[in-house]
Amino acid sequence: MSNKTLPAWIDIGVIPLINVCMAFAVSGLVILLIGENPIEAVQYILMGAFGYDEGIGYTLYYTTNFIFTGLAVSIAFHAGLFNIGGEGQAYIGGLGVGLMCLSLDSFMPWWALFPFAIAAGAAFGAAWAFIPAYLQAYRGSHVVITTIMFNFIASALMVYLLVNVLIEPGSMAPQTRSIADAATIPSIKELFAGLGIDISNSPLNISIFLALACCVLMWLLLWHTRLGYAIRMIGFNQNAAIYSGINTKRVIVITMCISGAMAAMVGINEVMGAQERVLLDFVAGAGFTGIAVSLMGRNHPIGIVIASLLFGALYQGGAELSFEVANITSDLVVVIQGLVILFCGALSLMIKPGLEKLFIKLTAAKESADV
Amino acid sequence: MKRQLIMLTAAVSIASSAMAAELKPAVVFDMGGKFDKSFNQGVYEGVEQFRNETGIKYREFEVTNPSQREQAIRKMAQRKSNPVLAIGFAQATALEKVAKDFPETKFSIIDAVVDLPNVQSIVFKEHEGSFLVGLLAAMKSESKAVSFIGGMDIPLIRRFNCGFAQGAKYAVKDIKVISNMTGSTPSAWNDPVKGGELARSQFDRGSDVVFAAAGGTGIGVYQAAKDAGKFAIGVDSNQNHIHPGTMLTSMIKRVNVAAYNTFKGVQDDTWKAGFNVLGLAEGGVAWAYDEHNKALITAEMKAAVDQAKADIIAGKIVVHDYMSDSKCPSL
Repeated sequence: MSNKTLPAWIDIGVIPLINVCMAFAVSGLVILLIGENPIEAVQYILMGAFGYDEGIGYTLYYTTNFIFTGLAVSIAFHAGLFNIGGEGQAYIGGLGVGLMCLSLDSFMPWWALFPFAIAAGAAFGAAWAFIPAYLQAYRGSHVVITTIMFNFIASALMVYLLVNVLIEPGSMAPQTRSIADAATIPSIKELFAGLGIDISNSPLNISIFLALACCVLMWLLLWHTRLGYAIRMIGFNQNAAIYSGINTKRVIVITMCISGAMAAMVGINEVMGAQERVLLDFVAGAGFTGIAVSLMGRNHPIGIVIASLLFGALYQGGAELSFEVANITSDLVVVIQGLVILFCGALSLMIKPGLEKLFIKLTAAKESADV
Repeated sequence: MKRQLIMLTAAVSIASSAMAAELKPAVVFDMGGKFDKSFNQGVYEGVEQFRNETGIKYREFEVTNPSQREQAIRKMAQRKSNPVLAIGFAQATALEKVAKDFPETKFSIIDAVVDLPNVQSIVFKEHEGSFLVGLLAAMKSESKAVSFIGGMDIPLIRRFNCGFAQGAKYAVKDIKVISNMTGSTPSAWNDPVKGGELARSQFDRGSDVVFAAAGGTGIGVYQAAKDAGKFAIGVDSNQNHIHPGTMLTSMIKRVNVAAYNTFKGVQDDTWKAGFNVLGLAEGGVAWAYDEHNKALITAEMKAAVDQAKADIIAGKIVVHDYMSDSKCPSL
């Protein structure tokens, strides 16, 4: 059997793995250039990310954010839309979560507040995505441009609100008061303490289960519903979608709103979980990292979970690395992350032709040996 | 007697070298990084000076997202670093949590107040220094209008703005004070192009002295002032040397001294927990007067600013602090 194309396990398994290895090889060269030992650096990253309970906690906490933003970018990708506004949608979504929590935290325990907070966050995030979506579908303004601009508007709006309106009176820092303890979602530490196991403090909270649930929902939506079919069809060929009777404008708006709502779930993890208040810049680039996560995960929920874990490990391990090695600053960690994005995103198909040739040669050799 | 003295000196030197070996200072910079040409960089200069003088190395970490603040401070404390210096008001919440868990460790924080028995809170009265440069600006202005350009729009920068306006109006009652903020994201600290734009538009509206409290953005403001033949006022460090003849003065905020004193204080065992408010009286803020701006400051201006400084220290002039009630009566 001589197959012209690669089998799926090579396409979605081996190629990303090789890309990551190449990114690490180049990063190693950079570390070597500044006079540090790359093997040691990798050890610090791995130990920092997975070596002890606090590190694992931080890694999974970052992973949670990236799953949300990765899913947000991926559903838009399936409809052929490039949502760069995850950052702003998450920011505004966090505002929704925060407002809901701050107004109800004295009446309700967290489990009663949880659905309301999710609904408020999703509504705010979706509303923030709705305007660019509407402009794209009905007015032809490209969603890439408008979502980028909406990130800035979100940032300006949040600064205005936090400095003038929501700031805790008497506080120096532009942030709200903290949400009452009973109304914040339990951390994994508290969960384990309930089981009698003591683990170190970390911002990881139960929103990671929400993230995994969102992955399943996203998979069901995209591959097992009519809406999902319509979304993917628009992504493959918009004209064909129109011809087959799909209201593409409506579906584009709905897709972007789902995308915005998904990004807004970062607000649950950050505002209701980790920070327990609304503060400036709590999204901290998760919206942009979501683009890389989605690219690397091939827009599939399982791929997104794996890619999120990789980026979570890079964030946490990278922090550990710059903590341990004085010569390596946070800038170099950004370089390593950038290289991973470059190789897995922009250059993801670079090695494909070569690998295809190699694969064909190998299978041919195997066949002739079999004969 | 002599022998006792020798033994004593020997004992002291052993003790002090043991101290030096044990001192493990650490600093946690905030978002923006240690080369932000502004606040964090001032701290960096201070701790570098300490390292150069004493040869004692310090641990450092640059925070890149909000969750890392607590993580980094906690990790410093776990590694038995002492003292741990936290930078910026944004780290106050994180420091409060960690300081409770490590009562033996000495913590200092700049620009925020954390009320715990093992924390030293260092805050500056930026409004007092800004008052003085506002006064100078108003006296220098011929067009009866002065202006302010802030970095990111946060309460701290409004405090600069408010002090500046009060100083200007103290000198010239009906002067016009124009205020602009560069932006609402941290990039506002490093946007010289936009700083220049804002300065030019303020000049068009009549201002002829501009005060920039905007980190790296200020560089563009000063250039615009030079090109237009107007005057500019620097911030944080003495920036008079950048454009002599254009730089009227600088509002100095001695963050580097505060950082240096924290490490030095622990080394000399003079470090004390509690509030450390650095205003004009303590030399924490000041106006810069050197060979670069001598020609621009008339004898009358110098007399007025020295008088105002003495009056503020004596309590005769009370400069309103924006952050006390989030209001500014002069704006």
